[in-house]
This record gives sequence, structure tokens and C-alpha cells, in this order.
Amino acid sequence: MTARAVAEGVLDPELPVLTLAELGVLREVIESDDRVVVTITPTYSGCPAIEEMRRDLRTALTEAGYRDVEVRTVLAPAWTTDWISESGRRKLLEHGIAPPARVGPRPAGPVPLNLVPPPARVPCPRCGSAETTELSRFSATACKALRRCESCREPFEHVKEL
Amino acid sequence: MSFDNAYEAINDGAGEDAHWAFGTGFDDPLAGVDRALPAGVPVAELTAYCLMLGDDALVLSQRLAEWCSRAPELEEDVALANIALDLLGQARLLLSRAGEVEGAGRDEDTLAYLRDEHEFRNVRLVEIDCGPGPGGDFASTIARLLVFSSWRLAVFSRLVESADPVLSAVAAKGVKELAYHRDHAAQWTLRLAGGTEYSRERMVAGLARVWPLVGELFDPHPVELALPGVAVDPSLLRPEVDQVLDTVFGAAGLHRPEIAPLSPVAGRTGRDGAHTEALGYLLAEMQYLARSLPGASW
Repeated sequence: MTARAVAEGVLDPELPVLTLAELGVLREVIESDDRVVVTITPTYSGCPAIEEMRRDLRTALTEAGYRDVEVRTVLAPAWTTDWISESGRRKLLEHGIAPPARVGPRPAGPVPLNLVPPPARVPCPRCGSAETTELSRFSATACKALRRCESCREPFEHVKEL
Repeated sequence: MSFDNAYEAINDGAGEDAHWAFGTGFDDPLAGVDRALPAGVPVAELTAYCLMLGDDALVLSQRLAEWCSRAPELEEDVALANIALDLLGQARLLLSRAGEVEGAGRDEDTLAYLRDEHEFRNVRLVEIDCGPGPGGDFASTIARLLVFSSWRLAVFSRLVESADPVLSAVAAKGVKELAYHRDHAAQWTLRLAGGTEYSRERMVAGLARVWPLVGELFDPHPVELALPGVAVDPSLLRPEVDQVLDTVFGAAGLHRPEIAPLSPVAGRTGRDGAHTEALGYLLAEMQYLARSLPGASW
């Protein structure tokens, strides 16, 4: 197995339905002789999972026979939820987590203020209803918001747009 | 993977890299980041500037974390803890950069745990005790978060263009986080001001409580002025921040407080290491364990 294939198969510690590649945090895998340099990027500045990711990558590559493994961090370009791949979005949905909408590049000028939660169109991942309400912008991990479906009444998590 | 005890689980994978028990030593947040210093930038001032922005985030993070399990509702425990975590992440990157630019062998943990009060360069706004303990309350915590995140978002929006590659990258990440923090505080301000008569009184009092410390955010410091193209001159941000705050106040039916700024102490403010008495108590709690067991590792 190539080092890239091994690294791409490592799962995200906080959303273990996705691989790091699908989450979009795996930036580069460079293999030369016995040496592998993997580059990843954090999601949020304070995301505590990054150390787990580094360790999981080292472990997976070491177990695959690579003896000299280095995991580097890059900050730029900053990760956004647009880096989550199509297959990543599909897997989130299959596991009851609403994927983020695509946001595109940040427009120039001051960031607009939102005095009410924006009318996000986040369909329920269970029943597909568009009638859902944000319960809290912040949830069990930095990257998720908590919502409730007004049709099936189930609460669900939403990977909020960043 | 199974472990016989929790200690073994925590220790797993540490191998030869024993961790400082109370620090972050397991991970260099700037590992692999382009650390080149831009040509001609004064080292002492860049170090100080990274400490200023890093200490603001570290101290407010500690204050917000104090609310965890004490907030008005469970969702708010989680929200304030999440905001604190974002700020802690920004602090780690900025303190690491400060230590690296300084070149005296101090890392983020040394800077966070082993500096004394007069060496902290945060603005006084972030250190005052707005609760949840005696004398504090949730409304003043929200008022502070509204002002601080509006200001910091304006700083970071410009810092994205900084000639220092690390400051630029930290700012680019931080902008989106801070926009969430500001929205959260703005929405609570509306909710409290538009709630009951009592909640409105509390919101008005909360704003009055923090307002004397707002001016300091916009006073340009010699460190900022010595770093053109690298640092942001905060005096240029006032119109933009005022506009944001006035929008919130307008929607909430509140007036911008007219309260004189807290005086500097012999010409010195938080940016120079002159703090209110609140910071000493905060640091005592934050630093106690790390200092009582220096160098302890697991």
C-alpha cells in the first residue's frame, strides 16, 4: 500500500465516519525511500483532535512498515468546511449528521453581523424535512451545531459552515 | 484498544516523549508552519505584539471557561466553553510564535504558566471578573464578549494581510471563529435587552460595567506603531467597531454608555503590564498546579 493510501484511510477521531482525507485536513503525503512526510491542517484553532490525528497517522504508517514518519501542520490556507469532500458529505448524512452547505470564498470587507441566526436551510438527515430549527450554534465539538427537526421531532447535529 | 487503567490510556503513545503534566508539551502547534521572519521587523516588538494578542485570548479563555457548568442553561455551558476553546487555540499559536520570535527558549507553556502578572500584556477588559462567582453576572460576560469579539474580528480581518506569515495565517483562521463569537454575543444582547424589565436592567448594567475598559482597545501602543505592515493600528478600527456595536444597540433598544475610560496607572495600561487586581487571582488559579510541581511529567 502506498503511504498516501494508508494516510487517506485514517479516520477522523471526532467524526469517525469520515477519513481525514474526506474531512479535507490531509493536505499532502510525500514519500521518499523509507521516509514519509504527511501534512495536515487543523479545523478550528483550538481543535484538540489534531494531536490524535497526528498520532493516528504515525501509528497507521508505522504499522504499514514506514519507519521514518513525520507529521507536519500547516495553517494556510485555512481549512473551511468547503474542504469536506462529496463522499465525506454523503457519509455524514448517512450517519445522521447534516453536512455543511458550501460557502465559497469570504467576500472582501467587514464580516456582516447576524442579529438573528441566519435562515439556514438544513434538511433533517433522518426524514428529509426542511422544517428544522437551530437549538444551539455550539455543540459537543467545535465544528457542530445542534438542531431539531420540527417534522419528526428528532434532534440532530449539523456540521456548521466555517 | 483496551487499557487496565486510565493512566495507562493517557500515557499510551507518549513513548519517550514524556509530557509536562500541566502543559501542552505533547504538540507544537506551529510544527511545519513557515516560520521565516519578515526582513527588517524588530524582534522585540514582534514578540511583544504576539504576546499582546495571545494574552488577550488566553485570559479571556480562562474567564469564559469559569462559566462551564454555571451558565444559565446547558447549551450556554457548551457555547462559552467552545468559544473559550477557540480563543485558547489562538493563544497557543500566538504564544508559540512569541517564544519563537524572541529566541530565548521560552515555549507556549513557559509563557502561559511561568510569567508573572506584570509580564502579561493583555488589555484590562479581558481580565476583570464578570462571574460566575460573587460580583459577576452573565450579562456583563456577554457585554464583554460582544465588545471584545467585535474589536478582535476587526483586528484579525486586517491582520490577514500582515507581513508576518504566522500572524497572517492565525488571523485567517480566527476571523471565522470570531464572527461566530460576535454573533453569539449580539444575539444574547438582544435577548436580554428585549426580555423582562429585570433582564434588561442587567444588560444595561453589564454594559456599564465593561465600558470604562473599552477605550483601551483602541489606544495605539508603541509596539503596534513600530510594526507597520505587520501589526494593526487599533485606532483606525474605532469607526468600524462602533458601527457594529451601534447596530446591535439599535436593534436592542440600548444606548451606547457614556462612561469615562478607566485611567492608565502612571501612564501604563494592560498592554504595558499594569493590570487590575483581578488578573493576579486569575493567574494564581491558572498557574498554581504547574508552578507547585515544576517540570512534572507523565
